Amino acid sequence: MSRIEGGLIDRSQTFRFTFNGKPMQGHAGDTLASALIANGQKLVGRSFKYHRPRGIFTAGSEEPNALVELRGGAHQEPNTRATVTELFDGLSAKSQNHRGPLEYDLMAMTDFAAPFLSAGFYYKTFMWPKAFWEKVYEPAIRASAGLGRLSMQEDPDIYDKGFLHCDLLVIGAGPAGLQAALTAGRAGARVILADEDFLPGGRLNAETLEVDGMAGHAWAAQAVAELSAMGNVRMMTRTTVYGAYDHGVYGALERCTDHLASSDGKPRQILWRLYSKRAVLAAGATERPIAFGNNDRPGVMMAGAVRSYVNRFGAAPGKRIAVFTNNDDGWRTAKDLHDNGLEVAAVIDSRDRSPLLDIPGARYIRGAGVRDTAGRKGISRITLTDDQMVDIDCMAVSGGWNPNVHLTCHQRGRPRWRDDLCAFVPGGTLPAGMVVAGAANGALTLAAALAEGAAQAEAQLKDLGITPAAATLPRAEDEPGEAAAFWHVKESAKRAWVDLQNDVTVKDIKLANQEGFRSVELLKRYTTMGMATDQGKTSNIAGLAILAEQAGKTIPEVGTTIFRPPYTPVPIGALGGRARGRDFRPYRLTPSHEWAKANGATFVEVGNWLRAQWYARPGEKGWRDSVDREVEMTRGSVGICDVTTLGKIDVQGRDAAAFLNKVYANGFAKLAVGKVRYGLMLREDGIAYDDGTTARLSENHYVMTTTTANAVLVFRRLEFARQCLWPNMDVHLISTTDGWAQFAVAGPNARNLLRKVVDEGFDLSNEAFPFMACGEVRVCGGTPARLFRISFSGELAYEIAVPARYGNSMMGVLMEAGKEYDAVPYGTEALGVMRIEKGHAAGNELNGQTTAHNLGMGRMVSQTKECIGNVLSQRPEMIRDDAIKLMGFKPVDPAKKLIAGSHFIASGNKATMANDEGWMTSVAYSPSLGHSIGLGFIKSGDTRKGEIVRAVSPVHGVEMDVEICSAHFIDPEGERLRV
Amino acid sequence: MIINHPLLGPRDAAEFVYLGDASLIDRPDWQAEDAQEQFYAYGYLRDNPAGKMQELWYHEQGDRSWLVVTRDTITHEITQVELARDVARERGRDK
Repeated sequence: MSRIEGGLIDRSQTFRFTFNGKPMQGHAGDTLASALIANGQKLVGRSFKYHRPRGIFTAGSEEPNALVELRGGAHQEPNTRATVTELFDGLSAKSQNHRGPLEYDLMAMTDFAAPFLSAGFYYKTFMWPKAFWEKVYEPAIRASAGLGRLSMQEDPDIYDKGFLHCDLLVIGAGPAGLQAALTAGRAGARVILADEDFLPGGRLNAETLEVDGMAGHAWAAQAVAELSAMGNVRMMTRTTVYGAYDHGVYGALERCTDHLASSDGKPRQILWRLYSKRAVLAAGATERPIAFGNNDRPGVMMAGAVRSYVNRFGAAPGKRIAVFTNNDDGWRTAKDLHDNGLEVAAVIDSRDRSPLLDIPGARYIRGAGVRDTAGRKGISRITLTDDQMVDIDCMAVSGGWNPNVHLTCHQRGRPRWRDDLCAFVPGGTLPAGMVVAGAANGALTLAAALAEGAAQAEAQLKDLGITPAAATLPRAEDEPGEAAAFWHVKESAKRAWVDLQNDVTVKDIKLANQEGFRSVELLKRYTTMGMATDQGKTSNIAGLAILAEQAGKTIPEVGTTIFRPPYTPVPIGALGGRARGRDFRPYRLTPSHEWAKANGATFVEVGNWLRAQWYARPGEKGWRDSVDREVEMTRGSVGICDVTTLGKIDVQGRDAAAFLNKVYANGFAKLAVGKVRYGLMLREDGIAYDDGTTARLSENHYVMTTTTANAVLVFRRLEFARQCLWPNMDVHLISTTDGWAQFAVAGPNARNLLRKVVDEGFDLSNEAFPFMACGEVRVCGGTPARLFRISFSGELAYEIAVPARYGNSMMGVLMEAGKEYDAVPYGTEALGVMRIEKGHAAGNELNGQTTAHNLGMGRMVSQTKECIGNVLSQRPEMIRDDAIKLMGFKPVDPAKKLIAGSHFIASGNKATMANDEGWMTSVAYSPSLGHSIGLGFIKSGDTRKGEIVRAVSPVHGVEMDVEICSAHFIDPEGERLRV
Repeated sequence: MIINHPLLGPRDAAEFVYLGDASLIDRPDWQAEDAQEQFYAYGYLRDNPAGKMQELWYHEQGDRSWLVVTRDTITHEITQVELARDVARERGRDK
């Protein structure tokens, strides 16, 4: 055990957990990483490429090494950073990326092959033969790639999304963030303070520095208590602000139950969209390493992280520790270790300077570096550049601190190099409304962070017209922080790691430069430096510095890669939220859905709608039996179908007629009151867009129908025409698709059936209410209804609409009234069969590529009025005589079944693309004709009736002879409609 | 993004549907000599400015207003939001 006194953990609560099945103990307030350190577990995983033994490297979200699998079963979660995983009782964690036990990874042999696995290895090696790409190389590479494993089960947890608004968003609850939030909170502003840690305070929790004469962590706790008591402040811990978006919108991920054994039905994580008027970024800084030979052994850690484990978690990463630093801050680690009773074996400062602090018992080596390390599964000895050797079990490395500028770059910000800090600070144009405070802005001392937090918040408040309350700054000191530019130990003969997560070494960067990958963006992609879960938080700057050195440039000349969201990984589950499975997109149910369900309907998804597809009766063996019967009984007597899903748009106003005349390609100016007309809409480019019927109910009142699929789009387009193209027309639109339940009543007995439902006094006779008539009626003793004599089936047919709330009972009423005529309900399949028999175009024919000319409706497109699409519809290529035309097709052998999607080849021609003459759009078995029928487009079809062509479907390996015929298979003269 | 709707105040862009260049308001005269060429340009040719651009947004999840939004395509800064109907009238759409 490596527990020491002190720290901010709660020793009264002991948690049991397992690592690779081995039972261990920790306390409340531990992270998995601190608990592993406290249990003496140094080796926690294997590296990505070389399977090198790896240990915990940092104490925060920048961790490149300590990625573990958490939990088990469906809850298993790979690639979780142990350094930010809050310990709970019963946690089980496993190491990743090894075959066999962690200590004896069979894949470790890859490390011996390292000389061959340099940067670009894959690009250079797996080039030939081409036949191996998919069959050999890819499976082999995939088998050895990746780190953790997915559970391969559905995620059982719930994720949510939420929205919050504030005056000031403060990102990060370290000293600068807390002081900023206090300043704004005390002034009465609406504040959100978000921090990724479960314990707010940032570095204050990890340091021995004092604020206002008390321990830093105590001051932080006091500030948090004050903020939590304010009604205008929302304190969000375990919440990472991961992205800065336009206009003050920020994305944040709150981990609600990740620190609990079970979510217990509550959302595990919430993806927040934060709307802020202003923001203060106080994201702190991240310490960076120095590269030296074999610097990746377990036990080599960031100096600040070593300090965190000792000061905050009471866990000692080693008993005999060396510190290697290029800056003043490294010395504090040495001092804190010594003050906690740990042995500091040596302090190595790359700078040739006198000791900054007195560390009793420690050897001080100035102007030197570490060039190599030893120790199979954990560091045991270091060799210095002067060949001295020091036996140790932990190595604390400090290469200086990088301000966390990430969120400043999410739009147009470009970090600026500061020579005095040897680091990039925020630069360029920051996201609108954002300012940066504290270490994130290069204010790396405690006193400076507190002052800047207050000042930046005050500036933001003044911008918003809020007067800050007068306050004095908490007292704190400016600790020494001088740093020197020192990135890697050149004397190292062994591999020196820059990016631990991607196994990128100094040599790889040199190689990339040699091979011409000199731009920083190319370096990243060629070596993979800075990729994966840590996004190079610890490695990027050293990598840039080494590239600059190689290229003989300065770091600002080389530049930096730009950070994009997210700051830390966001699970797909959280991005999906509740929109998954059945809830991905809600169903819309038709008004007669309950009736259909109770009467044996099989349903089909049509856009968002769930529609009855057919109604099976006992004894029917397959869907065809039901569909054939529905068609036969409808054509034989009467059938009823819910057609509510068709779009309905109410068009009213003095200019309604003129408006319709502009949006339809055919004439609408002279439609009489009480009449319905078929209308064809074009796109502005002349392609057919949508069709439907429009009824004129009164002088200035029309009802338009659209196809189900285009209901929303047509409405949007009509609003565009009304507001943007003809803004002075007196016309008003409202969608009434959901307002009215509409039923088709089709078949020779349709009128007889309706006579029983429509109230007395309304003359339904053919003379009084002929084909294409419409009117407002009442049904069932006073219920308002609309009646349209229109037909999609080709039979004597009506559509009757009632307010949607009566829809389900109306279906029952119609069926009851139809009993004496043996009325049937029919679904979308029978509807489809009847429209193909009748030759009506639908979605398969109006596919966004066809014109009115192709559809045989070219003459409908008026050239004597202004309307959408008519000008471009007359382009020469679109009105060619030999254009494809919509025709009917029947198999020469009536026993054969046509295949939709077949292409037409003239008899005697080879089935090649060059000979392609068109394609079959829709097919059905016609119960009325007793054989398969189809609709399709074929070149010059209108002049080729009776010709036999081949319908070829290479996909099915089928071809057959078909005869071109009229698309109107049933009642071509339309006599049935008019009786 | 946030669009400051002239009638409804600031609204999230997720409530809107984007169409594109507000030049779509300037539909050519169908009876012009060169109507086909004009409609071709209207339908297919767009400027792609780096900087201020007027574009059409439709408040579909709201009041169904079409808006002309003046937005900087580099910074995404929105400097003006108008009802498209007002813009169309100003630009002399007759009917």
